[in-house]
Amino acid sequence: MTFALQFLIDVLSLGGAYALMALGLVIVYGILRLVNFAYGELIMVTGYALFLAGGTGLPWLVMAAMAILVAVATGILTEYVAFRPVRAKSVTAVLITSFAFSTLLQNAALLFISPRPRNVPLPPIFSQTVEIAGVVTPMRNLLTIAAAAILLAVFAFLMRRTVLGVAMRAAASNFTMARMLGVPANLVITSAFAISGLLAGVVGILWIGRIGTVVPGIGMEPLLVAFIATVIGGMRSLSGAVLGGFLLAFIDTTLNYTLAQDLLKFRDAFTFGLVILILLWRPQGLLKGPATGQRT
Amino acid sequence: MNRHLLTAVLLSGLVVLLVVATEALGVRVFDRIATNLCVSLVLVIGLQIFMGNSGILSFAHIGFMGVGAYVSALLTIPAQMKGMALPDLYPILQGIQVSPYLAIALAGVAAAVVAAVMSYPLMRLSDAAAVITSFALLVVLHTVMTNWSNVTNGPRTLFGVPKATDLLLAAGVAVAAIVGAVAFKESRTGLLLRASRDDEVAAAALGAHIPHLRWRAFIVAAFFAGVGGALWGHFVTSFSPNAFYLHQTFVILGMLVIGGANTVTGAVVGAFLVTGAFESLRSVEARLNDLKLFNDQVVGLTEIVLALAMIAVLILRPGGLFPSREIGAVLARAFANKKKGAA
Repeated sequence: MTFALQFLIDVLSLGGAYALMALGLVIVYGILRLVNFAYGELIMVTGYALFLAGGTGLPWLVMAAMAILVAVATGILTEYVAFRPVRAKSVTAVLITSFAFSTLLQNAALLFISPRPRNVPLPPIFSQTVEIAGVVTPMRNLLTIAAAAILLAVFAFLMRRTVLGVAMRAAASNFTMARMLGVPANLVITSAFAISGLLAGVVGILWIGRIGTVVPGIGMEPLLVAFIATVIGGMRSLSGAVLGGFLLAFIDTTLNYTLAQDLLKFRDAFTFGLVILILLWRPQGLLKGPATGQRT
Repeated sequence: MNRHLLTAVLLSGLVVLLVVATEALGVRVFDRIATNLCVSLVLVIGLQIFMGNSGILSFAHIGFMGVGAYVSALLTIPAQMKGMALPDLYPILQGIQVSPYLAIALAGVAAAVVAAVMSYPLMRLSDAAAVITSFALLVVLHTVMTNWSNVTNGPRTLFGVPKATDLLLAAGVAVAAIVGAVAFKESRTGLLLRASRDDEVAAAALGAHIPHLRWRAFIVAAFFAGVGGALWGHFVTSFSPNAFYLHQTFVILGMLVIGGANTVTGAVVGAFLVTGAFESLRSVEARLNDLKLFNDQVVGLTEIVLALAMIAVLILRPGGLFPSREIGAVLARAFANKKKGAA
């Protein structure tokens, strides 16, 4: 029983973070059919914003909010620099610009801040532990579960009940048609990037809360996680991304508990091997999104 | 002269010119840069074979470069060195030691075999799914290289690889890669593959077995990546798995994109341009560090400039410098127009 609860908390907290990461990637992919390689750098930027804000002496929540705002701004900047100028061109071109933009941001962090890890300010709640029914678990895991639950609920409401959400979903299923019916294309795309930045910002703070420091390469792991989760769940479906996130967390946690120590270091290879197998079985991912329409 | 032959001859001529100029100058630094350039050429042309003809971005390429480098190292490190360099090596492999030239060829074959086994199912995918899985493949290869300590010395540097690559060998392989890429492009497989790149549905309707065609190109590309990796390994003589990851991917991809992914000419020109720019920026960086203007070391400037150049090229000239026609075709056309004008 204790073990089951422990396992459940592990899966839910890891899955919550993974689901948010995947959602941030898919919201852009769904509308533009473009993979944002610079997504991981949004998390890096959040970390450095928090690090830089650390000197100001403001309350932590204000600093965190500022860091998330910086992530949103960077998300929008990504759209203006790497996507808008090449949007109408080939898929490969946009993939490469976003890859280049990601390298650009990483190296800017190297050049202007430092290659060495930097400590970010964190409130004590991130290092506390609590005991629930005999299971000792870090507070931050419960925070992650709560944040994921709230954000997923808000996001679901936004996408289903608001004009913007409906417009975004319309754009995702048929961009040209949506445009003809009066959906402002640029606004929808910019909002998608802003939401992506918001999700990345929140995940960034939770993610960095686990480690406590930020380095230029920190975005790599979240990016990979988001990739795998979206591929498993379905590149075109928002609920698929969430499902993929939780499924990946389940797989990772199971491997953590069952793999022998000397095989555990190959965990990433196993997970990615599994992705390849899932794609063989269902090239569209587990959940199919709306029928593909034309981009731009 | 046949325009494809003309392309191959002109591009090989560029490599020969590089060798002659470097030998004539006789500066050691240039020798190193030119050899590096030739190794990059092999890698970029390998990537062009897959990306240019199939139109699919592949991140896995540099992973196969790593496979080649490690296979060749395993086959050539002298037996007495192996005890030190790879203490946990399997006993069967301990006694093996072949000539580096044979090892470089075998490295290419090994990379091609790994690619053939791993990639067949992935070739059904297009667009973003294909890119993400190739990225996954790179991560899988990197994870294996970093953790399979018995044969790679883990994340630590593997040393003791015999020095075998000189400018002539690297240039020779680069010329072979150029000829191979032009020949592949104009082969039946290459033509059909390019048809599928331009219109997947139409090509399939005409009976092209697209996954199979892509698979062939992927194997050829991996072969050149493996050979390039082995050449590089025998040039630098010590390396760690991080040499075969995103940074190298970024550089090789930058060369191909700036030159133009669809043509062999683009790959060659891109490799020359980016290597030139990289080396000059590196020396600027070194100069800045020597002056000690800043408290910290200046790092990353080179990458920032290359990233900006890539974005600028993709915005202004999305196909790269040579977007669709090879140099041979460009010249043949210009020549024909002139003739027409004269008559």
